[in-house]
Amino acid sequence: MRNLIAFPLLGLAVILQSSVVSQVQLLSGYADLPLVLLAAWALQDRVDSSWHWGILTCLLVGFISRLPLPVVFAGYLGVLFLARILQRRVWQAPLLAMFSVVFFGTIFFQVLTYIVLGFLGTPFALGDVLGLILLPSLLLNMLLAIPVFALMRDLSYWVYPIKE
Amino acid sequence: MNSRSLQTTIIFLVVGGILVLAFSGALGSASRGMNSILVDVQTWISTRFLGFQDFVTAPRDIVTLRARNAELEAQVSQLQAQLIELQQRVNETEILAALVDFSRSNPESTYKAASVIGRDPSPFLHYIIINRGSNDDIRRGMPVVTNQGLVGRIDAVIADAARVQLITDPGSSVNVYLQNADTNAVLYGSVTGDVSLDLISQNVAVESGDLILTSGLGGGYPADLIIGQVITVQSLEFELFQQATVQAAVDFSRLEIVLVITNFRPVNIAPLEPVVTPAP
Repeated sequence: MRNLIAFPLLGLAVILQSSVVSQVQLLSGYADLPLVLLAAWALQDRVDSSWHWGILTCLLVGFISRLPLPVVFAGYLGVLFLARILQRRVWQAPLLAMFSVVFFGTIFFQVLTYIVLGFLGTPFALGDVLGLILLPSLLLNMLLAIPVFALMRDLSYWVYPIKE
Repeated sequence: MNSRSLQTTIIFLVVGGILVLAFSGALGSASRGMNSILVDVQTWISTRFLGFQDFVTAPRDIVTLRARNAELEAQVSQLQAQLIELQQRVNETEILAALVDFSRSNPESTYKAASVIGRDPSPFLHYIIINRGSNDDIRRGMPVVTNQGLVGRIDAVIADAARVQLITDPGSSVNVYLQNADTNAVLYGSVTGDVSLDLISQNVAVESGDLILTSGLGGGYPADLIIGQVITVQSLEFELFQQATVQAAVDFSRLEIVLVITNFRPVNIAPLEPVVTPAP
């Protein structure tokens, strides 16, 4: 039942992303709060509802963003998939796993967006995308990774308390 | 009365008399000297006493002062919050006044004011979200402006909100008219948020500072909306068209309130476009 916290939490994350985080720009890039949040949640060892959270995030972001819905689903669920794989293999170093997921997840999502939007006819200069969007967004996501991971770890303890 | 007590009485009377005479000034310079000594002594004692009194009562005053300080600080915080709110209202009022002026000077259109409440979550796209939707008769394709110039057009609508594609979006293209050069061109957005002109004929002379307006061609936007000015022109002989960089009139990073032109309906010219059929 406590998993229902996903609705207000992810809703708030998407609202914050649209109204606050997107205003804090570094060059032309900005952080992706739902992505970092999702990665941090999926890396918690007690969590077994990360796919539900992932689909909910995709629906919320897909609702307000102009990005094609398949890109949103493939992007966020791809990050989630990566996180679940790493969670099983690098479980002894969760922060390392978090940084790895955020790093590769951001690159994956941005490259996917670049390819699909380019395929749909939006012209992008690769140099601009790399220097002005991908790298700044990567840096900001990495900065967000530690506090969000700590927050989601505490939340996972609340959602999945240890049974005595 | 025995002789001892009589002696004491006389001594008291003599000393008392001398003191009375001294205080009344009857003893001349001796009296003044004595007075000054007494005054000095009293001053010294009084000063020390006041210092001691301050020392004893000071802690109580500090507690009172601290309480008063906290009270005043709370008041200052409250007033600062009020000030910020009022400044925000003043800014909003100034923007609205400018928009009202704009709508009065362009009475051919009807406008609906809307606040910008968000941006697209993806940095690849330049879209904003406004707090007006189909409940306010906002429809897809309606142009969005400020008093400075063209902002974009409505891309998607729900009941109480709408998404606006800015002219800076990489997927945006606007047919424009260069007033001084008297020619048409197309304005494109980019991922950096800059706008540029393309498809300018090589036969026309475009100069820095030329005013750019919407041309109305294609039916996507009404004509004569201000977009910006030409900054630099790139003209290469071996290319078919000239290009130019543009300074947009609108500051897209500080959009707060916009106007939607509600009496404009975009024309769908797709049925008129020639259909390319494969050669037999």
